[in-house]
Parts: sequence; structure tokens; C-alpha cells
Amino acid sequence: MAEKTYAGKSVNVTEDGYLTNPDDWTKEVAVEIAKEEGIELNEKHLTVIEFIRDKILKGETLTIRSIGKSGIIDTKGFYDLFPGAPLKKASKIAGVAKPASCV
Amino acid sequence: MKKIVILGAGTGGTIMANKLRKVLDKEEWSITIVDRDPNHYYQPGFLFIPFGIYNKYDVVKPKASFIPSGVKFIVNSINHVDAEKNVVSLANGQTLEYDFLIVATGTHIKPDETPGLTGKEWYKSIFDFYSHQGAVALQNFLKTWEGGNMVINIAEIPYKCPVAPLEFAFLADEFFVKKGIRDKVNIYFSTPLSGAFTKPKATKMLGELLKEKNINIIPDFYLERVDDENKKLISYDGREIPFDLLTIIPVNMGADWVARSSMGDDLNYIATDRYTLRSEKWENIFVLGDASNIPTSKAGSVVHFASDIVFENLMSAIEGRPLLAKFDGHSNCYIETGFGKGSLIDFNYETEPLPGTYPLPGVGPFGLLKNTRINHYGKVMFRWIYWHLLLKGKELPLESQMTMAGKEL
Ligand SMILES: Cc1cc2nc3c(=O)[nH]c(=O)nc-3n(C[C@H](O)[C@H](O)[C@H](O)COP(=O)(O)OP(=O)(O)OC[C@H]3O[C@@H](n4cnc5c(N)ncnc54)[C@H](O)[C@@H]3O)c2cc1C
Repeated sequence: MAEKTYAGKSVNVTEDGYLTNPDDWTKEVAVEIAKEEGIELNEKHLTVIEFIRDKILKGETLTIRSIGKSGIIDTKGFYDLFPGAPLKKASKIAGVAKPASCV
Repeated sequence: MKKIVILGAGTGGTIMANKLRKVLDKEEWSITIVDRDPNHYYQPGFLFIPFGIYNKYDVVKPKASFIPSGVKFIVNSINHVDAEKNVVSLANGQTLEYDFLIVATGTHIKPDETPGLTGKEWYKSIFDFYSHQGAVALQNFLKTWEGGNMVINIAEIPYKCPVAPLEFAFLADEFFVKKGIRDKVNIYFSTPLSGAFTKPKATKMLGELLKEKNINIIPDFYLERVDDENKKLISYDGREIPFDLLTIIPVNMGADWVARSSMGDDLNYIATDRYTLRSEKWENIFVLGDASNIPTSKAGSVVHFASDIVFENLMSAIEGRPLLAKFDGHSNCYIETGFGKGSLIDFNYETEPLPGTYPLPGVGPFGLLKNTRINHYGKVMFRWIYWHLLLKGKELPLESQMTMAGKEL
């Protein structure tokens, strides 16, 4: 575990940089995490981020496939917004745990 | 007469039929098991067929030989389950009522989920080895293949037996070396994961082994479609991998009847309590094996360990007692690494695969996360154990709970 400062706020993060407490999340924090990932956050990103937060905090699990079918965004669009590893990046910016790709 | 219905007579369903018939009074309880296929396939054996190590008939036996007398075996397709009314309907129109239902219909490949996959190259230069048919077709192809780009791809997670694609890569390396054409074959391993495996220590060990064998890993590759005209894989972020031979693990999904009965998630897995293995929604339904959504490997070893828990909890439910047995997600997988060696991983919900010895601390004989000959024999022996002990629900000298003894932190 490590401590980091985002938007003037000190928060705890995991080894891979995921917030350990999702309540530490604010839009301002999200903007700064996104910057570290090389992403300039816009409204589109935020819609997806809020969708992910909502689902995860309700205890649901998400996959790239289920997000692609959710009607919020299609898979291609999801990749365009969060290039490379969209679910991992989006989860990090959303302040929720790293997606557990099951073994 | 009270009724138990078991859906699926694969690994899990067969074990449960054997365990339950032994203890439940025949005058009081009827047990019925349904499967669409009269043959039982030893699926771990599919891995060896492409390389001619096993042949077509080495992995198939009639299901009926493993179902005990006193259990009714119906060969038919399950069409639908009405979980509110406790009724199963079969494709032939027959209906089965139940007091308790055990779901063990597994997970299956769905090549049609990926555009371009089952087009003109299917079983010509594109194969799977997750079905009997695919493994046999690939064996025939490899007999005369002279080399080029061989791409192994995992289309979606989760898929059953998470280590099988790696084993396939290792065995392919050995096969081409022995054939004298390894220098003419480039092996690529493309996966939606960020590395060879999901958990850190195993990923490191397996990643190094891939490197040693000159197998190129292409991580974070999430397949959108196959361009069969130009023989290329294309990912959602527009990356392309050209292939001469594609061996794919197609999207895996739970049984179709689950979707028709609205009982699963978008991949047809049924929401299951990860500890009690009872359905989260219906008190008289238990879910065993690959059909459930519990967060551990979809593997035969898991099914075997989990069957002890389903058995205990179902007996409790029958007798109206609380469900006290708790599954820990225990998984134990032999990994063929080629040239007569193997590795072994042992883990559960909480503990990632660690190095050490198994099952006896300090003694073994098997080495965890080590590459040894004896581990390979463990895998070879497993086929015998599977047919003769495991399916029949006999006790194996292995604990269903994982233990930390013998593991190094
Ligand atoms: C290539 C390969 C290698 C593997 N290697 C290993 C290994 O080394 N170690 C290991 O532990 N595991 C391994 N596995 C995984 C293991 O075989 C499975 O996890 C295990 O068999 C799952 O058992 P199950 O009872 O959940 O499902 P299954 O054994 O798959 O049984 C499901 C049954 O349901 C039936 N069914 C499905 N739908 C219907 C329907 N609508 N109507 C009627 N019947 C239906 C099917 O016909 C089938 O008989 C491997 C799998 C593959 C494919």
C-alpha cells in the first residue's frame, strides 16, 4: 500500500495504484488519475466511469464484454476512450478495485 | 417419493450421482440424471490429441458405465428450467419435477460469438482443441503442416482450464522440435490477460518458461474478429496478428438452457454462493462446477473438491439443517511444460499459487511451481484416477480444503 496526493487530497492506493477506499473518489481525483494514464477526461469518459462505479459498488462484476453490451458504450468505443486495457484503466480512474480476471 | 434431478452427466454430475446414490434410501429418494450426449469425454485428454500423444478413442467412454444402478439416466437435451415451479423440460417434451436440483451442465465453446471464426478457414487453418472434433481435426492438420506463423489465441475470459492454452504452447514447441521444423515455426501466444497467467508468482514462472522456449507472448489482446480472407486476427484496438495456423480457445459460455430460462449472467453462468455452492436465488438448487459463477478456475480438480461441499450441504438441506460446509475455491492443476516435464499449481480464493511441495509438506512428491519429471507423471496418472476413482465419487487421498503446509511464502 502507498499514499498519494490527488487534487490536494491524500489517499491510499494499492501497489498498482488503485484507490483502496472508493469513498476517496471525487471527479477531481479522477481527472488526475486519468492524467497519469495519459487520458484527458471528458464527459464521455465520465459517463462510463460513473456507470462502472455504480455497478461495482452494487457488488456486480464487469467484463469488457458486459460493458460492450450494456448500451452505455460499445466495445470499440470503450477501447477508444481508454486505449490498451480499457477495463483496468477505467476501473483505476473510477476509484474501484482492479478487475479480478478470474483464474 | 422425493426427487433429485441432476442436469449434466459430465465430471460433476456423475460424481454427485455416485455420492448420493450411496447414502440416500432408494425407497425414499429417486435420482435422475440428464445429458444430451451418451459419451463421456475425458476433456483434459483433448490437449494431447493434436500431437498424437493420445488418439481419438483414448478419451471417450459410454456415460452409462459411470452412472450407478438405481439412478435413472435420460439421454436428451435440457430445454428449460422453471425454477419457481421446480420443473425441468426436455427437448422431447418430457418434464421432470424435482425437490432438489443440481446443475452441472458445464461451459462450452461458442466459436460463432467471434465474427469470421467459423467461416471458410474453420477446420482448414483455424482449429480449437477444446472439443473432441477440433482436437482430432488439428491432429490431422499437424501431420503434414510444414511451418509458418502459429498463433494461439484466447478469445474471452473466463474459459475452462486456464492453463491448457499454455500447455498447448509448450507441447507444440516440443512437437515441432522433434519433427525437426521448429526453426520454421513462429509461435505466438495472444491473450486478453496482461501476462501468461492471472496471479503474479505463476505468471512470472510461466512467462519465463515461454521465453525460454522462444514463444512470443502478445498480452492485452482482446479479439474483435478474424479476417479469414487475409488470415489475420484483429483486436478491438485495431492491432493485427497474421497467422498461417490459428489455434483458438473460442468464447466459453454456460449451457443454452440457462439463457432460455433466464437463470444466468451474460455468459450463462449461474449466480452461486461461493461458499455454500447453493444458487443465490433458489434454495433448492445447487450449482457444481463450470456452470457456476464462483471466482475460481473452471477445472475438473475444482469440481472434484467442490463436490464434497455440495454433497454435505445438500444432505444438510434435505434434513433441514443449516449449510455449514464452506468451499474455499481450492484448485490444483498440473501443467504440462513439454519434454516429459510438468509443473503444478495449488491455490484457492485467497491464496495465489505459491512454490513448495504437494501434497506432503517438504516431501511432495510433486513440486509446486517447479518444472519436474514427477509432475508430468502426475498428469499422466490423472487419466486413470479420473476414470477409476474420481467419477465414481471415491475418496482420493487429497483434502478438499487447500492447506498452507508445504507452501513457501
Ligand atoms: C482441453 C481441456 C483440458 C483440460 N484440462 C484439465 C486439467 O488438466 N485439469 C483439470 O482439472 N481440468 C481440466 N479441464 C477442465 C475440466 O474438464 C472441466 O472443468 C470439467 O470437466 C467440468 O466439469 P462439469 O461437470 O462442470 O462440466 P462437464 O464435465 O463439461 O459436463 C457438462 C455436461 O453437461 C452436458 N450438457 C450441457 N448442456 C446440456 C443440455 N442443454 N442438455 C443436456 N446436457 C447438457 C454436456 O453434454 C456435458 O456432459 C480441461 C478442459 C479442456 C477442454
